[in-house]
Amino acid sequence: MISAVCTTTLVGQGVSAQELGWPEKEELKFGFIKLTDMAPLAIAYEKGYFEDEGLYVTLEAQANWKVLLDRVIDGQLDGAHMLAGQPLGATIGYGTKADIITAFSMDLNGNAITVSNDIWQQMKPNIPKENGKPVHPIKADALKPVVDSYKKQGKAFKMGMVFPVSTHNYELRYWLAAGGIHPGYYGPNNDVKGLINADAQLSVTPPPQMPSTMEAGTIYGYCVGEPWNQQAVFKGIGVPVVTDYEIWKDNPEKVFGVNKAWAEANPNTHIRVVKAMIRAAIWLDEKDNANRPEAVQILAKSQYVGADAEVIGNSMTGTFEYEKGDKRSVPDFNVFFRHNATYPYYSDAIWYLTQMRRWGQISEQKSDDWYKNIAKQVYRPDIYAQAAKSLIAEGKANAADFPEFASESGFKKPQTHFIDNIVYDGSQPNAYLEKFEIGLKGDSKI
Amino acid sequence: MSKAQTASLILTPVKSVNISLVSSWLRNAALPLLGILIFLGLWAVLAKNIDTSLGKFPGPSDVLTQAQVLIEEHGEQRSKANAFYERQEQRNAARVAKDPSYSPTIRAFTGAPTFFDQIWTSLYTVTVGFLIASVIAVPLGILCGLSKASYAAINPLIQLLKPVSPLAWLPLVTMVVSAVYISDDPMFSKSFITSAVTVSLCCLWPTLINTAVGVSSIDSDLINVSKVLRLGPFSHVMKIVMPSSIPMIFTGLRLSLGIGWMVLIAAEMLAQNPGLGKFVWDEFQNGSSESLARIMVAVLTIGLIGFALDRLMLLLQKQVSWDKGAVLR
Repeated sequence: MISAVCTTTLVGQGVSAQELGWPEKEELKFGFIKLTDMAPLAIAYEKGYFEDEGLYVTLEAQANWKVLLDRVIDGQLDGAHMLAGQPLGATIGYGTKADIITAFSMDLNGNAITVSNDIWQQMKPNIPKENGKPVHPIKADALKPVVDSYKKQGKAFKMGMVFPVSTHNYELRYWLAAGGIHPGYYGPNNDVKGLINADAQLSVTPPPQMPSTMEAGTIYGYCVGEPWNQQAVFKGIGVPVVTDYEIWKDNPEKVFGVNKAWAEANPNTHIRVVKAMIRAAIWLDEKDNANRPEAVQILAKSQYVGADAEVIGNSMTGTFEYEKGDKRSVPDFNVFFRHNATYPYYSDAIWYLTQMRRWGQISEQKSDDWYKNIAKQVYRPDIYAQAAKSLIAEGKANAADFPEFASESGFKKPQTHFIDNIVYDGSQPNAYLEKFEIGLKGDSKI
Repeated sequence: MSKAQTASLILTPVKSVNISLVSSWLRNAALPLLGILIFLGLWAVLAKNIDTSLGKFPGPSDVLTQAQVLIEEHGEQRSKANAFYERQEQRNAARVAKDPSYSPTIRAFTGAPTFFDQIWTSLYTVTVGFLIASVIAVPLGILCGLSKASYAAINPLIQLLKPVSPLAWLPLVTMVVSAVYISDDPMFSKSFITSAVTVSLCCLWPTLINTAVGVSSIDSDLINVSKVLRLGPFSHVMKIVMPSSIPMIFTGLRLSLGIGWMVLIAAEMLAQNPGLGKFVWDEFQNGSSESLARIMVAVLTIGLIGFALDRLMLLLQKQVSWDKGAVLR
């Protein structure tokens, strides 16, 4: 009976029940940055999912995103928790040129934008209130008068993000631009500063250093992943004003990136790594986040994120504290598995590429096909599908929880739920870019 | 002479013995103890008055607690390692049963290194770096001391490279090691080589300079003795030069080791290479309420180890030095 059920699901998925080969490389070292969204790696390690695949994995925290990327490129790391923009940026040769691919998307959402107490006091009069609490989502419209007054005094309005091709850079820019604040363009020839025409000057700071950099007054606000927004609240040095869930509901976040040459040399290892991480993602979201408190305890260990469990717990267990005491429920603040969070959609890759074009990191007009080709070079749902099918065949996952692999196009339906109500259709990147008031489009150049 | 005066005369020697005993006790035990107590007191009071955004600055008692936690964590990690090896054996056995051609290997524990693992890594790295530096610096120093020509040739380089900070060397060393040290199955990890080479580059100089100075300032009588005995160049170095310049060489070596230890911690922090420096940096990045106390534990440990290394060199010097009566400090 059971075998009959298995066979039907297998046929339904169009799987040849071929068994996966042994891993080519058993000892692996993966890098990560101290952020709660590295959780699938920590869980796959702590719960023995890597070992179940015959893999002996060492996890190592990295100093910043640049070091992490360089070490994946030169082979010191077998793979890493990466910003989704990093494999794409490397492939198109923005910053460092290298072939990095990803077969596993690590999570949805999980970031926020925080401003210092001082800026918050200046923003507050511009924010409508209900029952004495600010109405969310807070738009950058409330920040615009503050930025304007800084400009009038001839002072630069400085904010931090984590890397030129980071989700955080694009989210912060998106939010600012939606409120009429120009975040600046990147010039041609690999300009990594992005300060051309900027009302707000965005600079790079590694995630764990964000709170201390803001405390030192070097930046007035930042966009970063958790727990570094909640840390600002606990330290009493800043106020998160908006989460990325409110900027774009269920936006793709980190990916697990590996060197393309490594992936070609170790195909079975790669599939097994993805298998272990899918199991970890399932565990993290299981039974309505029932395992999250345990995950928080694991992440609080000093070798992983290391911040106080209380701080990590705030966002991981579905709540988010804005101004001190203003705790609100955001059940999907960080999603690891549901809504097909782990599937590498081409349309997610293309969104990042559109933002690179929008802000000048891609300095010339590209055809829609170019966007699709790059997405297909970097995002590898084929590898993901092999891993998922293998898990389904072993009874460790349900076929119903995955996309229909045989018919999946890799493009999500046009997505709404952006803070400026613009609709994103991944199959038409150029048409999407035309919809923005601020930003490069068509054949415009810097 | 009154009775009292006689008594005092008789008593005086006894008293002076007491005084010298007391004063030596004061010098050796009580005063250092007092110094430490004053330091601890000041620390405890000041710590209470420094408010950081991670809570109060850790006082001595917080640091002691965290030191205990670190020891416990080490124990936990050890038992996890044992479980890891057990699981691995079972898995290997299972795989051999399924795939007889497989020859199982035991892989090292993959857990995060504990504080004590990091201490060990740092000690090992500094030793290797220091040995490399000494092997280069002592012969080169002797050459410079013996021959004015080679000194003139090498001196500008010494003066140019000596003041370079480890933080400036590190990027160069990292890139060169990555490019040159390519191996599928490396005996040492790249991070280890990078740290060790950086340590060598920075701690070469004191030994080199001190050896050169020591060798060039040998008593001319001794040189004459060597001439009279017609010693060959090798025996001249071994019998005359080395013994008489040992104190200067050791001063150089001790300075070098001290610098090497400082450089290593900085290099580890900057390059995220394993060791105590990485421990400090990781804790700083963690930003948990215990981080500062844990960093303080590391700071004290770094200090204690630096001190112990210096004492060790002194002990070695006493063994090697021919002049056992010389006061070494």
